[in-house]
Amino acid sequence: MDQKPQATAEDPVKLSEFEARIAAGESIEPKDWMPERYRKQLTRMMSQHAHSEIVGMLPEGNWITRAPSLRRKMSLIAKVQDEAGHGLYIYCGTETLGVDRTELVDQLLDGRAKYSSIFNYPTLSWADMGVIGWLVDGAAIVNQTVLAKASYGPYARAMIRICKEENFHKRQGYEIVATLANGTPAQKAMVQESVNRWWWPSLMMFGPSDKDSPNSAELLRWKVKHKTNDELRQRFVNLTVPQAQAVHLTLPDPDLTYNEATKDWEFGEIDWTEFYEVIKGNGPCNRERLEARRAAHENGRWVRDAASAYALKHRAATGTEAA
Amino acid sequence: MSEPIVAAPRTTAVANPLFEYIVRMADDRLVLGHRLSEWCGHGPILEEDIALSNIALDFIGQASAMLALAGQVEGKGRDEDALAYFRDEHDFRNALLVEQPNGDFGATVVRQFLFDAHSVLSLDALARCAHPQLAALAAKSLKEDRYHLRHSSEWMLRLGDGTAESHARVQRALDELWRFTGELFESDAIDTAVAAQGIVVDHESIRARWHDIVADVVKRATLTLPGNVPMASGGRRGRHSEHLGHLLAEMQIVARSHPGASW
Amino acid sequence: MANDSNADVTDDSQWPLWEVFTQSKQGAPHEHAGSVHAADAEQALQNARDVYARRGEAISLWVVPTSAIVASMPGDAGPFFDPGNDKAYRHPQFYKVPRGVRGL
Repeated sequence: MDQKPQATAEDPVKLSEFEARIAAGESIEPKDWMPERYRKQLTRMMSQHAHSEIVGMLPEGNWITRAPSLRRKMSLIAKVQDEAGHGLYIYCGTETLGVDRTELVDQLLDGRAKYSSIFNYPTLSWADMGVIGWLVDGAAIVNQTVLAKASYGPYARAMIRICKEENFHKRQGYEIVATLANGTPAQKAMVQESVNRWWWPSLMMFGPSDKDSPNSAELLRWKVKHKTNDELRQRFVNLTVPQAQAVHLTLPDPDLTYNEATKDWEFGEIDWTEFYEVIKGNGPCNRERLEARRAAHENGRWVRDAASAYALKHRAATGTEAA
Repeated sequence: MSEPIVAAPRTTAVANPLFEYIVRMADDRLVLGHRLSEWCGHGPILEEDIALSNIALDFIGQASAMLALAGQVEGKGRDEDALAYFRDEHDFRNALLVEQPNGDFGATVVRQFLFDAHSVLSLDALARCAHPQLAALAAKSLKEDRYHLRHSSEWMLRLGDGTAESHARVQRALDELWRFTGELFESDAIDTAVAAQGIVVDHESIRARWHDIVADVVKRATLTLPGNVPMASGGRRGRHSEHLGHLLAEMQIVARSHPGASW
Repeated sequence: MANDSNADVTDDSQWPLWEVFTQSKQGAPHEHAGSVHAADAEQALQNARDVYARRGEAISLWVVPTSAIVASMPGDAGPFFDPGNDKAYRHPQFYKVPRGVRGL
């Protein structure tokens, strides 16, 4: 895939012009010159993001058929559909870097590509639908708002669309949480139990500690990322703790304390063993998620083939140009 | 499973035929929308996942509005959720066609197409009926269902005239689902009762036009129209296939586990 | 992936890429909204509507096979786009108009 084995093989003049454009806050577009490394990093980052959206449809999709009211049923379908759309926008953005979606899909399905580890956790109660919207979408928003200013044009543009929709998802999620927290004793217990399971995995969504994050420095220099993992994680915690307090839910962290001086909610140590195990493929649902995607892909093959065959036949018949 | 085409006469009088009439339409859309929502995350390609979800949303939205209206007509304080989540199988009035399992994508397309072709015709008639709220609901749903028909028709063509495999799958689905189409055109005392209220859907005329639409698409899709078969019946009277029980068990479980709760 | 003599069989793909342009309201220009994959034009139109217009964001859609689009090269930017850079009269700011006159 890499035509130049090392970054230093890039034309130094072009490289410094590129770095200057980045420093000036310019938008890099698909046909602009870019270092191979930039292209590779972006392809990796964007495709991982797209894969996450697609796999992310599954934990929530799990509760569509059991949604307890028609309004919630429709909201949940719409949310999962939005996630499909987000994956689609970002896959299309990734394709502008010169890779076909067929290849991207293959990378996900044969385990070569990563996706956000949070989706390897199971959804075990209806309350998870609220908690995921509140915590998981909430964390994604903190991560993503800065991506709307990413240096790569197609990514930034996709992110603007996505951020608009994600804000809505988070509000919906929190509304479900508040309803349950103010509901029957059984509902209160359901939502508290759900929070107990999702809190720490949500914190892990921000990735490893800065000191353990190899790609961050480069991505920051290229203005693809604008803040570090730890900075974003802290921002999320500060936003979320008051939201939990407002609905009288506790967070499963006995070390959570407010620091008056820094105005930060300091939190306990994350279990990085769990984090790395899940990333390695040993989370509760890693296998199931990929199996579901593989099955959908395999079962859909004859459908995709049929549509292609039909288009071929009719292009020949009518003489119209298609791609 | 098979019963004669003419519906058996009711042994008990129907207290509120208009309620029953609206519930039939509503249940069709609720059950079909629910079935389509099962595809979320499992579609043959991303774009089609989005398309099917859109259609599912349309139908569940229509069902919600129709159930709300039905509840008002019934006048016993049941809203759309009470009707959707707290009725048992024998009180559901959907046609047997829509409760059939999704099967493969081809079976889903065929089920959809057969339903859509009927829906646009019956809603078109209802949009002109004497009941203003029902007419308005029908008109709004008609717009959506015309789009659905376009979508399902195109897929009939792509799959029927695609590859040998897709052709075989769709032909099989068409042959298997054909026996559920007769029920769509049944007429009974409830239709007679609402006709007296100015709600008239001429089932025989619709059947002929439905047949034209279906035959045309089937032909262009290089498929074969199934021959005459004994038609299944019972859904309109609450007598369903075994599939509905499982569907409702899943759909209703959370709501029923917490009676009286708000969501 | 079959590669036999059956002319029907194609290599599995995610279908070709199409670019989508949407018009948000009467009189507005069509703007690039993004891309979709589709096997044929009718499907591209439906997919575009489902992905980019399902919330009523558009009253009109255009879809174009991505391969049909011809684009200028970034390297052209200078000579291609700036011939008038040193010619002030090409710029509308040159023409002083009374304030408050709309539609110019």
